[in-house]
Amino acid sequence: MLNNIAALLDAGVAASTNSYESIATANGTGISGVITFSSIPSTYKHLQLRAIVRNTSVGTGEQSILVIANGDTGANYATHRLTGNGSAAGAQSYTSGTDIVPYFNPSSLNTAGIYGAYVWDILDYANTSKNKTFRLLGGVDFNGSGTVGLISGAWFNTAAINSLRFTSGGGSWTTDTQFALYGIKG
Amino acid sequence: MPTATYEKIQTYTLPSNTNSHTFTSIPSTYTDLVIITSNLTCTGAYTLTAQLNSDTGSNYSWTVLSGNGSAASSLRAANDARGLCFGAYVNGMSTTVPSVAVSTILNYSNTTTYKTSLSRLSTASVEVDANVSLWRSTAAVNSVTLRSSNPVGSLKTGTIFTIYGIKAA
Repeated sequence: MLNNIAALLDAGVAASTNSYESIATANGTGISGVITFSSIPSTYKHLQLRAIVRNTSVGTGEQSILVIANGDTGANYATHRLTGNGSAAGAQSYTSGTDIVPYFNPSSLNTAGIYGAYVWDILDYANTSKNKTFRLLGGVDFNGSGTVGLISGAWFNTAAINSLRFTSGGGSWTTDTQFALYGIKG
Repeated sequence: MPTATYEKIQTYTLPSNTNSHTFTSIPSTYTDLVIITSNLTCTGAYTLTAQLNSDTGSNYSWTVLSGNGSAASSLRAANDARGLCFGAYVNGMSTTVPSVAVSTILNYSNTTTYKTSLSRLSTASVEVDANVSLWRSTAAVNSVTLRSSNPVGSLKTGTIFTIYGIKAA
């Protein structure tokens, strides 16, 4: 979009095509709590993941989502959360974790039709000299309860991200659960 | 094969003070909607909300996280008729300092789930907030009415609304 604007303002800059591309989409199956994007191309500057989620468990409260990159199950992750639950703001952190852990994942005990929502940005994901930073706006509202939050996640590894795995903290992903991965060109 | 997406559907600049603006005939061909509001001021300290498909029933709810520079807080509304909360619920919009908001309605054309929106609104010197909202309807969204939450309030001249569509592969 910015390139298009530049093209309008400066005839010397060629207009680009859209810099935001859909890479892949994955839907829940109702029988698995794991969704993985593999073979993510390194040709973009940033990734964005947009999702609605719900799981089949009978767990009370919001379930977690466990996120890892490149199949790394080591204690190489950190999560910081700033949240609001409708009555108070709070902050939590998880360091030296084996995954990045947002919540906002409703279970089958919650009113049917309600889904948690996320927009993730994974910045400079293909850079091989930096640890990787994730940021997330997410939440779920149950009409009288629920949580909204701003979350940062770190993967302490300089490798380019080529896969992302999203595991429900309980049950399986419902069939209306959807994770859509996009690439943003630099 | 990656597919280019993120397309502008409509944009509108308020030519005069008004309570609302409606985007109609939104195509169902995208996955998510993104609504960017800029240069937003209001005649009073009201909230930016969005009614879907002209639904004025008490079918909306929201949870808000807000910071005003000295403290963070969280509020909610349930069984509310004002619409999705796109921001400024705690302190309200400014009459002079422009706000910006980026709001998204996920899977808006899905006909099997309720609709959830996420929104962030910033007003320099007033507040920054993050919001999740629920519309308890499984209907596909075909219109969005952006409004000041107080019926007697007005969104001011020059407020710009732009709606985009994002299509998943």
